[in-house]
Amino acid sequence: MMDRRKALTVIGAGCGAAVASSCVGTAEARAIKQMPPKALGLLYDGTLCVGCNACVSACKQANDMPPEGSNPLYDQPVDISGKTLNVIKAYRSGMATKKDQVVDGFAFTKMSCLHCLDPSCVSACPVSAMTKDPQTGIVKYSVDACIGCRYCVAACPFGVPRFTYDTPDPKISKCQLCQHRLVEGKYAACAEVCPTGATLFGPVEELKKEIARRKALPPGTKTTFPRGRIGGNDQYEGTIGTYVEHVYGEREIGGTQVLHLSGVPFELLDKPALPDVAPARISESVQHAIYNKLIAPIGFLGVLGALAWKHMRGKDEDGGEK
Amino acid sequence: MTEHAAPAPLGGRLFTPFARVLTAFVVILVAILAVRFVRGIGAVTNLNDGYPWGLWIAWDVVIGSALGASGFTVAFTAYILNRGKYHPMVRPALLTALFGYMMAGASVFFDIGRYWDFWHIFSPKYMQVNSVLFEVALCIMSYTVVLALEASPMVFERLGMKKLHAKFNKLLFVFVAIGVLLPTMHQSSLGSMLMVFGPQIDPLYQTKLLPVLFLTSTIGMGLAAVTVEGSLTSLALGRAFERDLIGGLVKIGRVLGLVFIVVRFGDLAWRGVLPLVVQPRLLTVMFWLETALFAAPLVLLAGRNVRRPSRMFVAACSLAVAGILYRIDAYLVAYNTGAGWTYFPSMGELMVTIGLIAFEILAFMIAIKVLPVLPAERGKHHG
Repeated sequence: MMDRRKALTVIGAGCGAAVASSCVGTAEARAIKQMPPKALGLLYDGTLCVGCNACVSACKQANDMPPEGSNPLYDQPVDISGKTLNVIKAYRSGMATKKDQVVDGFAFTKMSCLHCLDPSCVSACPVSAMTKDPQTGIVKYSVDACIGCRYCVAACPFGVPRFTYDTPDPKISKCQLCQHRLVEGKYAACAEVCPTGATLFGPVEELKKEIARRKALPPGTKTTFPRGRIGGNDQYEGTIGTYVEHVYGEREIGGTQVLHLSGVPFELLDKPALPDVAPARISESVQHAIYNKLIAPIGFLGVLGALAWKHMRGKDEDGGEK
Repeated sequence: MTEHAAPAPLGGRLFTPFARVLTAFVVILVAILAVRFVRGIGAVTNLNDGYPWGLWIAWDVVIGSALGASGFTVAFTAYILNRGKYHPMVRPALLTALFGYMMAGASVFFDIGRYWDFWHIFSPKYMQVNSVLFEVALCIMSYTVVLALEASPMVFERLGMKKLHAKFNKLLFVFVAIGVLLPTMHQSSLGSMLMVFGPQIDPLYQTKLLPVLFLTSTIGMGLAAVTVEGSLTSLALGRAFERDLIGGLVKIGRVLGLVFIVVRFGDLAWRGVLPLVVQPRLLTVMFWLETALFAAPLVLLAGRNVRRPSRMFVAACSLAVAGILYRIDAYLVAYNTGAGWTYFPSMGELMVTIGLIAFEILAFMIAIKVLPVLPAERGKHHG
């Protein structure tokens, strides 16, 4: 049975190459993405947030986003969408009497892009419409490149990129940290208008120092909170809240540039529990292993070509002798 | 070399009553697409930000192209493994594959929001080589061209272009080789596409072996598609059942079903998530249903039953449905973006998919009547 032996050889070669390269891929995984040199981000401290939604309104204005409903005078988005890049969500339990209390309490959280160090959306996008700025680390979107495939929408584990389904000229919507305002010397509108400094803009390194400072202080301590951007002149006296241990965004899928502090566990705030390893890293490692310099595909093509040539020489495509 | 009759056009009426019914579905498809292109995807689909990909991707592209793997499976068997007896099946299989892939391509075009910029994927200015979708798109596009080239001798023959036909035949081995390579690449990558979804795909389905599982089940689906198509064609044309040909394919498919199950359970055990297979929930039911369908050919074709046409047919259907379910489950049922999102295809989505299938059947029916696809009086030589 020559045929069977041949079949096993060819199938074996193909599968062997695939499996071997997958194993090599695991061993030589793609490098872990590091924090960009001038990484910018946000610190959202839920214990400082009063739920005023000023950031939601400012975000709409700064980014020229339409209202959710038909009434432009009173817009109240409940989630981010193709029309809304940032919302404040509330957790409530029972009578909701005390802030940052799990039972019979309430708490706030911010929903907007976290600007991952190793973003799934950037890895997924086939046309480089999603890019990560090598300096600031801002995850940017270009409508001019986008083909509207929505792989980014499906890939993001935070559910951030959204799509406008109700128009023949659709696009992806996501927070781009007001990059258009940075060049004007301004910064993220949500942080700029926040009256309590709950949303704070700044270099990620500085934000991390601020997080460490707040977490080191005992709850109830009087301290100074910066407002707007870190290192600016605007600040006020406030009281340190009680924080949960977890800083959301510090490790999630390899880390993000938007970091969250909270008084209640993050699972109560619709923040998904995610592994430390970036799915983009796993996907790209496997893909690079299989398609490394195209060695495996070209080798396989060589085997196939040789066999096809041997068997088809001097015959027409229907296999008949000439 | 096995003797077999040369392929010839069947002739006969093109617009039969059945063809008219199919045409009606195509007209509905066109009407729905008109709404989609004027008012946007949301006007005709139930897609949302929790389920941005629905029926048009999971069925038309992922499953449609896998069933279209019939072309590569048969070309592989006939030319690469040199199983001469399969040559009569090459042309119908290539044609089905060609129409299947063209429909998958059309579906992507309806699905993507900014279709006018589709060419960006192939432009060095925009292409993003780390994207699994980039690889899939490039590969599917190239394969569709290769399928058209592989199928072109039927047209040359029909038009009596003998010189071109002869020249083309000398090069055919190149297209056959590429035509086997490309589907192994993109069919495995259709599995890899889910890897970047990370924990959004349930650990029962999320694995680095997704490319292996997708490829294995694709080959099974391709073989099954040829079997079902071959059986139905012989039934429709009143020809004898191709017992030898079809039996051989089903036997290979049976082994692939077993390989799929072994790899899958081995992987679950290796990742330490084997207890998930008894967790009471919908996904577990789907998982076992798939497993049963992948395993069914082993039981159906045990012992002397291996020669019974009805068993072969059911075994092939089982393999095809197993692959279809596996894809729907991996892409939609195992996919969870958080609470509050639901998706079930809208009537518009369903009618577009049905319209595309109707178009494929219509195109195939016309093609076998006007082109030399099926061997003339094949029944006299086999069965």
